[in-house]
Amino acid sequence: MKLVIINYGSGNLHSVHKAFEAVNNNLENPYEIIVTNTPSEILNADKLVLPGVGAFQDCKNAIHKIDGLFESLEQVVIGEKKAFMGICVGMQLLAEKSLEFGECEGFGWIPGEVIKIEAPADYKIPHMGWNEVTFRKHELMNNISQNTDFYFVHSYYFRTQKNQNCIATTKYPNPITAAVLKENIFGTQFHPEKSHINGKQIILNFLEWEPS
Amino acid sequence: MLKKRIIPCLDVDRGRVVKGVNFVDLIDAGDPVEQAKIYNSEGADELCFLDITASSDDRETLFEVVKKTAENCFIPLTVGGGVRTIDDISRLLHHGADKVSINTAAVENIDLVGKAAKKYGSSTIVIAVDAKKNGDKSWNIYTHGGRKPTDIDAIEYCIEVANLGAGEILLTSMDRDGTKIGFDTELLSTVSSSIDIPVIASGGVGNLEHFVEGVLKGGASALLAASIFHFGEYSIKDVKTYLAEQNIAVRI
Repeated sequence: MKLVIINYGSGNLHSVHKAFEAVNNNLENPYEIIVTNTPSEILNADKLVLPGVGAFQDCKNAIHKIDGLFESLEQVVIGEKKAFMGICVGMQLLAEKSLEFGECEGFGWIPGEVIKIEAPADYKIPHMGWNEVTFRKHELMNNISQNTDFYFVHSYYFRTQKNQNCIATTKYPNPITAAVLKENIFGTQFHPEKSHINGKQIILNFLEWEPS
Repeated sequence: MLKKRIIPCLDVDRGRVVKGVNFVDLIDAGDPVEQAKIYNSEGADELCFLDITASSDDRETLFEVVKKTAENCFIPLTVGGGVRTIDDISRLLHHGADKVSINTAAVENIDLVGKAAKKYGSSTIVIAVDAKKNGDKSWNIYTHGGRKPTDIDAIEYCIEVANLGAGEILLTSMDRDGTKIGFDTELLSTVSSSIDIPVIASGGVGNLEHFVEGVLKGGASALLAASIFHFGEYSIKDVKTYLAEQNIAVRI
């Protein structure tokens, strides 16, 4: 089985790769982990991970700059319904659009938009650090307790159009989407690769996940 | 609720920890990776490496240290010291740093802040500010590891780099650094109330109460300490337990 981590120059690629490798090494049947941006390899993936830090538009442009990258992703994730996980901006890109630095279109795989975090004046932006996550019961949240802390760094968040697509939230002090899910498409606003033991558990859950 | 972060900082010279922790089980007390692993398992919220290597020829060792740490510690890692160019930032991130802290180079070339934030995202760029008090409510910044004075006002500078896209400020009080008499909470609260981005308090922490003051009086989002942890006076857990007892939200 092949797990592809998409390489489009994202700053957290190395961290994501190392965290997935560390979890994967303990599996009975480990995946072959491939870090790539080559469409032919993406088309052969059984699972996909899209990291992302920085500005929405920069990430989107970086993906579209690579010939055939988005098309191959779309075919595997939307066409063949392979399990997909987006992290941070990699998750925000699933939205229809973002309002960061003007309007920018996203993949449109999950209805909703990426908007600026609205918080009282004494709340620092970016929302940076460890914050509690509450979630709807799902196998992707196996062995995670309610109100577990995960590491966040972001100034914008994904406001999903449908409640059912938001499976986890945090508070700052208003509710912020912490994870999204639609069929085979999963995404976390927090960084599992930087969230110590509980982050590794999320990665393990994704590796074991078989979306129906 | 968002937790206040406790960040141990290690000074690294040619790939070796300068002031090491006297942990009993440590095979090699001078190995930053070994030390980082311990802080990681003790519940540190982030790690910070400050590279004080003088010669650029010896800097390669730092990349190796960063790489190995990132392979073993799955919490955020900030690396600073001698970061001068976009290429320096890129190499550190590529080796596994999550954030890069810039000090002198940002003062000498303020455009670097905006460029770096645009290229790698604000959350990746930490601006380290070494400030020294002039008189009432006024501080100037120093560069080159605190050796070179400038006539730049610390508060104005912090506002400027925040506007340019810095993700957080690592604010060190030079008056307090190494004194163990507590953070300069006046400096902290003045900066923190002037900008929207998080401020990391640094310099002067000597006991558990000082951490509380950094949060309650200084308004810091995170607290950085070096020697208090290295010499084993307090563990990360001691600090967090104490903060929790004072009703300050921490990740236990």
